[in-house]
Amino acid sequence: MAHNQDGNHKEQVHYVGDSRVRANRKKMYPPDYTEFPHKSEAFFPDFLLKEWMVAAVFLVGFMTLVMAEEPPLGDIADPTNTGFLPVPDWYFLFMYQLLKYKWASGPFVVIGTLVLPGILFTSLILAPWLDRSKERRPSKRPVTIGLMLVAIVSVCALTWAAEAEHETQLESAVGSPTKNKQIVDANSEGHKLYQENACIRCHGEQLQGKNGPPLLGVGNRRTAEQINEYINEGKGGVMPAGMFQGSPEQQKILVNWLMEQKQK
Amino acid sequence: MLRAIYDWVDERLDITPLWRDVADHEVPEHVNPAHHFSAFIYCFGGLTFFVVVIQILSGMFLAMYYVPDIINAHASVKFLQNEVAMGAIVRGMHHWGASVAIVMLFLHTLRVFFTGSYKHPREFNWVVGMLIFFVMLGLGFTGYLLPWDNKAYFATKVGVQIAASVPYLGPYIATFLQGGDIVGAQTIARFFALHVFFFPAALLALLGAHFILIRRQGISGPL
Repeated sequence: MAHNQDGNHKEQVHYVGDSRVRANRKKMYPPDYTEFPHKSEAFFPDFLLKEWMVAAVFLVGFMTLVMAEEPPLGDIADPTNTGFLPVPDWYFLFMYQLLKYKWASGPFVVIGTLVLPGILFTSLILAPWLDRSKERRPSKRPVTIGLMLVAIVSVCALTWAAEAEHETQLESAVGSPTKNKQIVDANSEGHKLYQENACIRCHGEQLQGKNGPPLLGVGNRRTAEQINEYINEGKGGVMPAGMFQGSPEQQKILVNWLMEQKQK
Repeated sequence: MLRAIYDWVDERLDITPLWRDVADHEVPEHVNPAHHFSAFIYCFGGLTFFVVVIQILSGMFLAMYYVPDIINAHASVKFLQNEVAMGAIVRGMHHWGASVAIVMLFLHTLRVFFTGSYKHPREFNWVVGMLIFFVMLGLGFTGYLLPWDNKAYFATKVGVQIAASVPYLGPYIATFLQGGDIVGAQTIARFFALHVFFFPAALLALLGAHFILIRRQGISGPL
């Protein structure tokens, strides 16, 4: 060190009070806004009051939601319930949906669990270092903005796809909730045919659904043609074809009886 | 009277600079929704914090009734919702607030992203914000199990299965999350501890850092 060869010259250091902070250390002040001199105002109470106005509008909307929609609470967790369709909360759906695609599941599951979410979140965290230009306006940084838009659209599309798929599955699911538990016209010929055939084993004694979906209210959901088709050809790769062993006349009675199963 | 009390405390503790520093800092026009209606996008961060406060307060009240074990959890939530005065409202605030918090956080992140506010010198605050995002997702995941209904149980089971499919580390993560080999009694106790102690502590620390940084560096200028 050229300027300090003799070793005697020691710089006098002054500290602030009894701390080790040097007295002449430059203090870092938050920037003031004189560079854009308009109607800037003090944070408290002036600005906070205006922000509170926005928050009040927000709060009204929020409490309206809270009072309109009671938070759902299902039946107590039953690990033996094999028919329950699991679904994560909506903000995890996009990652959940990824794992349903062939190229991101099975032997490639690591793509769905680590690679894609990893790329997404790592590049988000590193955004300040990936996008180093001084430019801040969106129109001046098309690549960054473009990538973000692609990410947003993909996440939305995946979430939507997951939701749509869940809805479809729910429709044919086992044990979906029904309000009315009464069998319509329980003494009819149709009910007898239902009990005598294999139907009852999967759809339950009370039509409540067992290994198959419940048939309570099936008259609201299906047409007679659809029911005939399911009986003859099976459904969804789960219900086998030809489970009904009776004559065509009997099948007609059964279908008519099923169509009577309507709920309000 | 109040003035005298304040002066008495201030004389001993010198508290005026503490809050004056926060109160007096200038807020520029371009983020003020009173001057530009479109500036409401700059309120998303504040609103996210507002929802977090709602979550903390409602969560504190839920904890007065909630019992974190597999026998009583569901019954205690049911009791809270159906029998306790205002129980449905408080639980509703916490339930919907969780979703709204994620939405507001997402909007705030997008605002910061599209206005390029994460750039020099605010890189570090962006990273802190992303960590807050992960903590919030953690809070969502752990909170989802606590009512212990079928939806909660099976969602957690699937979540743990997905975590378990991660190469090498997967089984360890699954064991850590479950506190054993299955989603059961250990899991709910563990998720409860994570949800009400670990994650909120991390969240408050990160929020503190977030606010200190934005106070130091100031909000980014107009585009």
